[in-house]
Amino acid sequence: MTEEIKVNEKEVVVPGETLATGMGFLPSKGTYREGDNIIAARLGMVHVDRKVIKIIPLSGIYQPKAGDVIIAKIIDVLMSGWKLETNTAYPAMMSMKDATSEYIAKGADLRRYFDVDEYVVAKITNVTTQNLIDLTMRGPGLRKLRGGRVIKVNSNKVPRIIGKHGSMISMVKNATDCKIIVGQNGLVWVDGEPDKEKIAVDTIKKIEEESHVSGLTDLIKSHLEKVTGKKLEITEKGE
Amino acid sequence: MAYKKRFDGRGFDETRPIETKVGIIKKADGSAMFKIGNTVAYAAVYGPRELHPRFLQNPVKGLLRVHYNMMPFSGHGERVRPGTSRRGKEISMVTEKALIPVLDLAEFPNAVVDVFIELPQTDAGTRCAGITAASMALADAGLNMKDLVAAVAVGRVDDQIVVDLTYDEEAYEDGTVADIPVAVLPNSGKVTLLQMDGELKREDLKKALEKAQKTAKDIYEVQKKALKERFKAKEVPK
Repeated sequence: MTEEIKVNEKEVVVPGETLATGMGFLPSKGTYREGDNIIAARLGMVHVDRKVIKIIPLSGIYQPKAGDVIIAKIIDVLMSGWKLETNTAYPAMMSMKDATSEYIAKGADLRRYFDVDEYVVAKITNVTTQNLIDLTMRGPGLRKLRGGRVIKVNSNKVPRIIGKHGSMISMVKNATDCKIIVGQNGLVWVDGEPDKEKIAVDTIKKIEEESHVSGLTDLIKSHLEKVTGKKLEITEKGE
Repeated sequence: MAYKKRFDGRGFDETRPIETKVGIIKKADGSAMFKIGNTVAYAAVYGPRELHPRFLQNPVKGLLRVHYNMMPFSGHGERVRPGTSRRGKEISMVTEKALIPVLDLAEFPNAVVDVFIELPQTDAGTRCAGITAASMALADAGLNMKDLVAAVAVGRVDDQIVVDLTYDEEAYEDGTVADIPVAVLPNSGKVTLLQMDGELKREDLKKALEKAQKTAKDIYEVQKKALKERFKAKEVPK
C-alpha cells in the first residue's frame, strides 16, 4: 500500500482535504482518519512531526487549556468562591482556597477580596469535558488588576504580540513605560499615563493587524521610535 | 416549444459566474461572502458562545442556530417585507440541517454557534448560496468540520436539465419547471439538503442529481481557494 503525504509542511488546509494516505501516519489534533486517508477536520496550518499529522488553528475563538495564564472578569460571587468570565462560551470558577493565601474566616464577605466587575490575572488549572474552567491565583504574577484598561485582541495573534521570549511586548513596555499583561485568552491589560497608554494600545492593535508581515519587530520598533521619540533596542529578534 | 438556449446564454451545465471571499465581517468570529450571478449571500458566524435563553441549553451537545434573511429590496419586483417570515424560518431550519452533519456539536455543550445569513441581492438559489457561504464562514470560525458543504440548485426547464437556475428560469411559462436545491458534502458525495418544487420524471431526477454532484465539486474548489486566499496574503512580506 502506498504511504504518502499529500500536503506540504505549513500549508493552509481546509476541512475535507486529504492530508495523507496509508496507515503509516497518525492523525492528531484537527484531523481524522477515514479508511486509509487522514483528512483535515478544520481550517489551519499543517504540522507534520515525523508520522504524526496535526493542524494548527489560524482562526476562531480562544480554546481554554490548562496552564494558560488568562485575564478574567469576576461576574458573580458565590458561597465559597467566584465565577469569572473568560472570553469563551463558558464561565470559570475560582474557589476560596485558590484565590488567596490569606486566611478567610467562615462567613466572611467574599466581595471584600474580589468584587464583581474586577479583573484578575489567573492561571487555568483544569478544563473539564463540559468545558468548565478552574482558575487559580496562586502563583507568581497572578493578581488583581487595579486601574488601566482591558482591550480585546484575536487570541490567535497572542503569540505574535508577545514575541519570541517576550521580545515584542517588552519593547512596547519599554517604549511606553506602561504595565502590560497579555492574557492567552485575547484580553490585554494596559496601564500607564493616558497618552502613553493610547500609544501602547494602538501599537498592540497594529501588531494584531499586521501579524503576517515578516520583519514585524523592526517595523514596530521604528513605529514606536517615531511616536515616542525614544531609542529602542530589540532584546531578542523574534520572527 | 423547447428550451434550446438559456436566457443568459450559458451552457446547461454551467453555473453563473462565482465570486467569493472569506473574512469580510471584522467583528464576526468567521464570515464569508458567496456571489453566484446576481445572488449574493453574506454569512457571519459567532461563537461557540453562551446560549440564551437558558432552557435551550443542552449539556450533551451544542446548538447550531441559523438565521436566514432576505433584505427588503433584494428580490424581483415587490419589496420583501422585513423581518422573519414563514419562508425564512423554513429555510433557516433546512440550512441548519444541511450544516449539522459536518459539525461536531458535542464539542461545545451548553453553548451555541450562531450563523446569520443576509442576502442583499437575490436572483434565485438563495438557500444554496446561503449554505455555501455559511459553511465557509464556519470553517473560518475555526470549528471542527468533517467537510465543507457545497450547495447548488439543479432542475428542469421544459425539456432541459439545467444547473443553477435563475429567477427567470424558475418562472418559465412555455413549459413546466422543476427546481431542486441540493447540498452536498463534496468529498464523500453525501447529500444534506434535497428539496424540490415542480414536477419531474424519475430518470430526470437522477440526471439532475448527477449534475449537482459534479457542480458541488467545482464549488468546493472555489471555497477551498477562497479559504486559503485568506491566509495566503499573510506570507507576503511588506
